[in-house]
Amino acid sequence: MPIGTNVTGKMVTALKKLGFNKVFDTNTGADLTIMEEGNEFIERLSENKNLPMITSCSPGWVKYIEMNYTENLKHLSSCKSPHEMYGAILKTYYAEKNNINPNSICVVSVMPCVAKKYEANREELSNQGMKDVDIVITTRELARMIKQGNIEFVELEDSSFDEPMGEATGAGAIFGTTGGVMEAALRTVSEKLTGNSLEKIEFETVRGEEGIKRATVTIGEKEIKAVVAHGLANAQKIMEEIKSGKADYQFVEIMACPGGCVMGGGQPIKSSKTRMTVDVRKKRADALYTIDEKSVIRKSHENGVIKKLYDEFLEKPGSHKAHELLHTHYIAKEKYNI
Amino acid sequence: MKTLQEIAEIRKNKREELDLRVNLKASTKEKHILVCHGTGCTSSKSPDIIENFKKSIRDNNVDNVKVIQTGCFGLCAKGPIVIIRPEDVFYSLVKPEDCEEIVKTHLIEGKLVERLLCKEINDSTVKRLDELNFYKKQKRIALKNCGVIDPENIDEYIAFDGYKAIEKCLFELTPDEIINTIKESGLRGRGGAGFPTGKKWEFTKMAKGDQKYIVCNADEGDPGAFMDRSILEGDPHCVVEAMMIAGYSVGANKGYIYVRAEYPIAVQRFQTAINQAKGYGILGKNIFGTDFSFDLEIRLGAGAFVCGEETALLESIEGRRGQPRLKPPFPANSGLWRKPTLINNVETYANITRIILNGAKWYASIGTENSKGTKVFALGGNVVNTGLVEVPMGTTLREIVYDIGGGIPNGRKFKAAQTGGPSGGCIPLEHLDTPIDYESLAQIGSMMGSGGLIVMDDSKCMVNIAKFYLEFTVDESCGKCTPCRIGTKRMQEILQKICDGKGEKDDLEKLEKLANNIKRASLCGLGQTAPNPVLSTLKYFREEYTAHIRDKFCPAGECKALANVRIDSTKCKGCGICKKNCPVGAISRRNKTAT
Amino acid sequence: MAEENYINLTIDGTQVKTKEGMTILEAAKSVGIDIPTLCFLKDINEVGDCRMCIVEVEGRKGFATSCIQKVEEGMIIHTHSPAVLEARRVILDLILSNHHKDCLTCSRSGNCELQNLAIKFNVQNIEYTGKQSEHTIDDLSPSIVRDFNKCILCRRCIATCKNVQKIGAIDCMNRGFDSCISTVNNQSLRDVNCTNCGQCIEACPTGALREKDNTDEVWKALKDEKKYVIVQTAPAVRVALGEEFRYANRYKCNRKNGNGS
Repeated sequence: MPIGTNVTGKMVTALKKLGFNKVFDTNTGADLTIMEEGNEFIERLSENKNLPMITSCSPGWVKYIEMNYTENLKHLSSCKSPHEMYGAILKTYYAEKNNINPNSICVVSVMPCVAKKYEANREELSNQGMKDVDIVITTRELARMIKQGNIEFVELEDSSFDEPMGEATGAGAIFGTTGGVMEAALRTVSEKLTGNSLEKIEFETVRGEEGIKRATVTIGEKEIKAVVAHGLANAQKIMEEIKSGKADYQFVEIMACPGGCVMGGGQPIKSSKTRMTVDVRKKRADALYTIDEKSVIRKSHENGVIKKLYDEFLEKPGSHKAHELLHTHYIAKEKYNI
Repeated sequence: MKTLQEIAEIRKNKREELDLRVNLKASTKEKHILVCHGTGCTSSKSPDIIENFKKSIRDNNVDNVKVIQTGCFGLCAKGPIVIIRPEDVFYSLVKPEDCEEIVKTHLIEGKLVERLLCKEINDSTVKRLDELNFYKKQKRIALKNCGVIDPENIDEYIAFDGYKAIEKCLFELTPDEIINTIKESGLRGRGGAGFPTGKKWEFTKMAKGDQKYIVCNADEGDPGAFMDRSILEGDPHCVVEAMMIAGYSVGANKGYIYVRAEYPIAVQRFQTAINQAKGYGILGKNIFGTDFSFDLEIRLGAGAFVCGEETALLESIEGRRGQPRLKPPFPANSGLWRKPTLINNVETYANITRIILNGAKWYASIGTENSKGTKVFALGGNVVNTGLVEVPMGTTLREIVYDIGGGIPNGRKFKAAQTGGPSGGCIPLEHLDTPIDYESLAQIGSMMGSGGLIVMDDSKCMVNIAKFYLEFTVDESCGKCTPCRIGTKRMQEILQKICDGKGEKDDLEKLEKLANNIKRASLCGLGQTAPNPVLSTLKYFREEYTAHIRDKFCPAGECKALANVRIDSTKCKGCGICKKNCPVGAISRRNKTAT
Repeated sequence: MAEENYINLTIDGTQVKTKEGMTILEAAKSVGIDIPTLCFLKDINEVGDCRMCIVEVEGRKGFATSCIQKVEEGMIIHTHSPAVLEARRVILDLILSNHHKDCLTCSRSGNCELQNLAIKFNVQNIEYTGKQSEHTIDDLSPSIVRDFNKCILCRRCIATCKNVQKIGAIDCMNRGFDSCISTVNNQSLRDVNCTNCGQCIEACPTGALREKDNTDEVWKALKDEKKYVIVQTAPAVRVALGEEFRYANRYKCNRKNGNGS
């Protein structure tokens, strides 16, 4: 199928055919991340502490900073990445609500990323001895499973993610491309800070292929300077700015892979010839922006599932419970274990 | 720091003092004992010889005698060599314990130590250096100071017109005039490929860049080659000076010399030369009060053959893995740290000061139509006078092997001469009268190369020789491009198979196909020339390959797997000694008539 | 706007006008001529190592490296002359002679640039055979498996790690036939400065670099009746998964022949 085809419906059908008990959307987890991360950012901003805050959903990036900029770990958001948050909620709130023994739950994440495999094994990302996520497979592995299951993928009918945890917003969808986390966060942070609904929710300055994108966003009376970097070479440049005290910005999104998750290390491999003629990143990213555009709800804080989750379980972003389940800490690491 | 005036004074005074080095009739009471302190003679204890001479002179209270360490005299087969000047007496194969006798007999009694005089192949004894056949057809330009001066004494270099060429360049010539002189001289790169040096300088001068570099390629890696080493050991200042001239001509203020770490003496002498030149203010800022500044640094190579390839060398200087870059762009436009860079090899530089001082016409008068000047060769293998020779271009191989080299020892016959090392080819008897120049050698499937010249007698198996060179390339391939990395390995495997007697009918065709494709498809000079030893032996000694494959026979008897000992039954007396001595019991006794 | 400089050259007998600064490969592509490549990865690895892209330029002794060498005025280029084809085939043979050809069990089978070339060049036997490098597979990293028995030393992974990501966890070690891609001290990727980003896998033309496959664990969980298996999918998966599937042939046929052309 052509590069950048949105196959959500067929994918869900295939997963159901493969025999998963429930098929949920990590985008919901992404919405949850925005709630926590947005809240964390507003707190840091008001206290003017540990700024700029840097996103922490890219595990390759997290390992990079833990190895290379140990003195700057405090800048990282303490939020777990979306699928880890989601896993933690599934094994607590969801299990309790649906009367499932959390120990019998096996959370499988399908990710565009191989670093997520490493992330899922991090000891910090567990709760009461249970890993938040049990198995991570990549897009390529899922494709292989579908083939192995003898499923004729292109002929599948569409189906929807399972209720009630399958609801997600357009904000969650754009997490998969560089600038997406920043844009999703700005939508929520703006409205939280001003209390007003945004007129235009697209933040075009943080979109696109440029390695480092800088944007100044006016929120109420505040001016927030945001930086989006993707690819670790660009991350390095930003970290050098932060390290040397030259950073005049408050919010930074970093993705380890050039282009963000759409170009992750677990995505379908494109030959040199294809890469020479097709802008793979743009095609995949455009598909995500289309999903966002077509979504009814495009702001994380308006996600009904998330609202209910806070009402029934987490109380509010940054609550004690939220910290217990959805936040983590970072550990300085040696580059070489020799 | 010395002024030009002071340097001129050193030149004048020191030249008078050293007249006895070059003038047989010098009127002086002094005598200089020159001891070769090149790598070859050093390993045969020449440092001990120097010590013993000094001690003996002290013990015997001999006045007016100095012991001087020099660079290579060239006739390495007869080393360690000691020459006493001004009378120019040539003592060969001197041992440390001979010093006392030389001092007593030669210096005190004024008689020759006959037993240490050099013997020619016809057994006639030769007294003086200039009487030796070895030197008669040579012309020393690049090696002019080797064996004449003490390489660790800058004053001795200055005495023989040292640093006069840079002075001339700075005060009398414009960069364009210098480049034109080099162009008119017809000097071509002595590293092997023979690119016109003047053109290279011109390209580098024309290249745009705020910073330019001068590099000297002293990563001499051909098996058996030691021309560059000898120049650096014997006359390091001439390379320093030439690099300065190059810097002034192309607009560079920084130079690097890339020397392999396996050349400790050369490295140490060159460093000494740099230090001395800096001490005199010859290297450094505003040289001789002009705007021209030049600084020079040594970079050590770890002994990878491929680093002799200019772009791999640049990578190595920059601190990276020594792998070639694709050309174009050429270093003249994008070299060291992507800045315009002039790279020449040691011997090329060694010609520069002479050309500047004596003029382009003089230089162009030596050599052939398209190859001017002289070429230094490291003569080795099955030849009597192994050593370092410098001959005018156009000298024939026969002259080098027989007149200078003294022919093939042990009564054997000449079979082939190998030039150009692992990149060159084997030249058979029928081409022995080929004049040495770039084009002629290329025409017969070999190349000038950097100057390794290995003579082989009829006991050498040419398949085995080809295999030897290929093994070298396989070891030294950097591994960057496919044809060289895997192709040379596969060629070597085929050759091994042939030498093991397992060759098959279509092996030669396969070998040739592979060789020709490696030649055309490889990324750098190493791969592009690696098949030459195979192709040239296939061309001239094909029947030897066929004998190995078809007859399972090695004509030269070198390939053990194919050795077949025959007993001439008409001569055999049946004594059984061979049977008794055979370690593997391969000989049995039979009825004579049955054979 | 500055006026762009154009260059006239001949490729396979066709007069071509291209922009100055284009590579021969790009110029050929602009007129629909495909030159095979292997180590080339646009903007990332333009080094000319593999030599598959060589072409003949009239008047030049050796072949030109089309993926890097720029077009020049008046060049006459032959991209598929018999000499070029033979050389490419020899090079491909050489690469294959030092490659573990276990395509049947390789994760990249069907999406392998080397395999595609072998098909394209009608490789039914390999002329040059000999010693093969043997490497132990490094599967200690939780994310990436390195199997250098399948490595063709194109160095696309090195360029990606070193230049795109500025990590430099891997580089070339040893030389000549013994060259291999390795880490500091030849340690596992697990124990060096690798961030597990996996961009090297995306760059690899063969199966030398791949993800740690965890599908068996998923199948096992699905089979276990006591397990309640929940799957979640990341946003980027849904816009790329389809690329792994081809429309069945009949769709194509229908579309092609449907209009009765």
